[in-house]
Amino acid sequence: MLEKHQVLEKNSILLTIGILIVVAIGGLVEIAPLFYIENTIEKVKGMRPYTPLEQFGRNVYTREGCYLCHSQMIRPLRDEVERYGHYSLAAESMYDHPFQWGSKRTGPDLARVGGKYSDEWHREHMKNPQGIVPESVMPTYAFLSDNMLDDKLVADHLKALRIVGVPYTDEQIAAAKSDLVTQLDEFADDYDGFVARYPNAAVRDFDGDPEHATEMDALIAYLQMLGTLVDFDQYEALADENLR
Amino acid sequence: MEKSMPRKGMGLDVLTLAVVLIVLSVLGLLWSAGTQDPLLQVHTWIMTGAFVLGLVALAMKGFAGLDNDQSRYNEGIIKAGVIATLFWGIVGFLVGVIIAFQLAFPALNIEGIGWLNFGRLRPIHTSAVIFAFGGNALMVTSFYVVQRTNRARLAGGIWPWFVFWGYQLFILLAASGYIMGVTQSKEYAEPEWYVDIWLTVVWVSYLLVFLGTLMKRKQAHIYVANWFYLSFIVTVAMLHIVNNLSMPVTLYGIKSYSAFSGVQDALTQWWYGHNAVGFFLTAGFLGIMYYFVPKRAERPVYSYRLSIIHFWALIFTYIWAGPHHLHYTALPEWTQTLGMVFSVVLWMPSWGGMINGLMTLSGAWDKLRTDPVMRMMVVSVAFYGMSTFEGPVMAIRSVNSLSHYTDWTVGHVHSGTLGWVGFVSFGAIYCLVPWIWKRKRLYSNDMVEWHFWIATIGIVFYITSMWVSGIMQGLMWRAYNSFGFLEYSFVETVEAMHPYYIIRATGGLLFLIGALIMAYNIWRTIRGDVRKVEPLPEAEPLAAAIPAE
Repeated sequence: MLEKHQVLEKNSILLTIGILIVVAIGGLVEIAPLFYIENTIEKVKGMRPYTPLEQFGRNVYTREGCYLCHSQMIRPLRDEVERYGHYSLAAESMYDHPFQWGSKRTGPDLARVGGKYSDEWHREHMKNPQGIVPESVMPTYAFLSDNMLDDKLVADHLKALRIVGVPYTDEQIAAAKSDLVTQLDEFADDYDGFVARYPNAAVRDFDGDPEHATEMDALIAYLQMLGTLVDFDQYEALADENLR
Repeated sequence: MEKSMPRKGMGLDVLTLAVVLIVLSVLGLLWSAGTQDPLLQVHTWIMTGAFVLGLVALAMKGFAGLDNDQSRYNEGIIKAGVIATLFWGIVGFLVGVIIAFQLAFPALNIEGIGWLNFGRLRPIHTSAVIFAFGGNALMVTSFYVVQRTNRARLAGGIWPWFVFWGYQLFILLAASGYIMGVTQSKEYAEPEWYVDIWLTVVWVSYLLVFLGTLMKRKQAHIYVANWFYLSFIVTVAMLHIVNNLSMPVTLYGIKSYSAFSGVQDALTQWWYGHNAVGFFLTAGFLGIMYYFVPKRAERPVYSYRLSIIHFWALIFTYIWAGPHHLHYTALPEWTQTLGMVFSVVLWMPSWGGMINGLMTLSGAWDKLRTDPVMRMMVVSVAFYGMSTFEGPVMAIRSVNSLSHYTDWTVGHVHSGTLGWVGFVSFGAIYCLVPWIWKRKRLYSNDMVEWHFWIATIGIVFYITSMWVSGIMQGLMWRAYNSFGFLEYSFVETVEAMHPYYIIRATGGLLFLIGALIMAYNIWRTIRGDVRKVEPLPEAEPLAAAIPAE
């Protein structure tokens, strides 16, 4: 063996090619099948792409590095299911570019935080976390209420997401800019159109400031829908195709 | 010693670099003019400024006066690399200490625009220590080792300098981006699409310089340290390119969306993330171990056969271990199991490397007592052994169900990074500085002792406090009371961790103090000083012959 290895030791190109082959194998065997094995993602009812407002809220979430302290992945362990709710499904993050499962819980998991607290709770908590939870170590995010949403490129955001695989329709892209603010106003002209495009989306002013479309609106809209889309009444966890 | 010969006329290397910089400067200007994104504007200015500065530097050197004497090693870049490594190390440790205190005292998150919140500073810490400190340590030692072991000057003439400064530009763009909120939010791969493209350009140039130097070697065999460096460069290129595939919203904006989503994105990310550990923080630093430990001990590597097996087994196995970051998640179970099995298998090649490094000292164990630099490197290998044992244990699914999401993971990472990566880099720099600046020895060996002990105590504070807080939190999460209800609310577990966060931050502070002592010692050594109370003759491990047994 030692003599054969000398061939590699004496030829830098062969050594490089050898390394590349050896390090490529693991990823090819583990990752590539996830793209074509059909039951990698469960078949569920209720998943839809994010509304423009939710997606913008998600972008605030990623920008501020929330994923560094909050996971969005409930494991199928007794205490986690009791604390946070049904364990997370792969289907629930199928439109997440990038995924936000996280790796550390300095704060609690947020995979099903949607609907657990009122908008006002989130607002106050974001402005002064220690005012609501004295022991919390979370930084303050009051400035989100002062940051206006920039609606210039909404349609481009949706188009880019469509290119990477999120099934936005032409109609959704055409209405993207107005949908961003329609979701903040129950009396908007296009309310019916919006609800038809994004079933089960909550429409209301989220940040307590109806005059402005702020990053606080977007972030709370995102948090309030987290984990609420899948219809678990129609999901059979023990069905063959869901045992992976 | 004769002076190196300035070369005649402008070399092809300088010409191509000048053309590339001119093109890049023009592109930078056009890009800056076209964008309305204020954050991208800042970055296009930084980039254009850097390209123009590069051109000015080339012009001031007279284009032709650049040293490219093939009979001499390129040592200027080693000196620059040593300073960059120390500088970024201290920046990275400092930010680490700041965010550690932020977790203990949240009031330290300055209110206002959020630029200095934990969520934005944490990527600066991780990127600064891994890519800026670790990356510069790897680049400088690889440039040193590849020249010495192949008896050839770095290939590419001026291009190694492009790699060096291009890499510093990457660090600057990444760090300034995080503060401003430019991130694609994939851990350890936060820089946005255009910064990723820039790093790809720099990294491919790095590979070409390294390979080019190997090709013009005057030795028949490529020395083992170079295999590890080569595997680190090649694999990091592969990981970086695949994990960062993304779609920009517009070419004139910072934001992009990852090409992958959900479960596929998760595994791609942890395939990348775990092998940032495996290839950036392990394979590359094993290259350091395989050169500097034998060199300092003046002993050959313990086993040539073991180094071959260790090398191929390590790089093959590491790649499979990523899924252990996703135990009990929505990742299909077959993938989790595969990742767990390979993680446990990985224990063997890891310890093969540790044994090869430690046993290299056989016959020279007395140096542990007499040479604090040697001791630092040996202790680093011991930390490597410890964390590569802890890792496989934590990769077992049932253990992971307790440790995942807790500080145990953070402690584990830091026993590897502070103990192994940090100490082996410090050791290499303590070796390099007297060698490259032609000093008889360091300014002070006593200060190395101080550095060693203060940093070691810091590491012990760090990892023990994280073990306690991590295991405690994991147990509190799953504790039930006698009525069958969850015993603790989440925030009670946060409260319980407070004292351990203070101990951890103190440990980090001690590690930083050690690095500051080192910086002072290195600075005095470069100036050519020798500490008076430590006279030269008795402490001169370098010049000493092989110790009599």
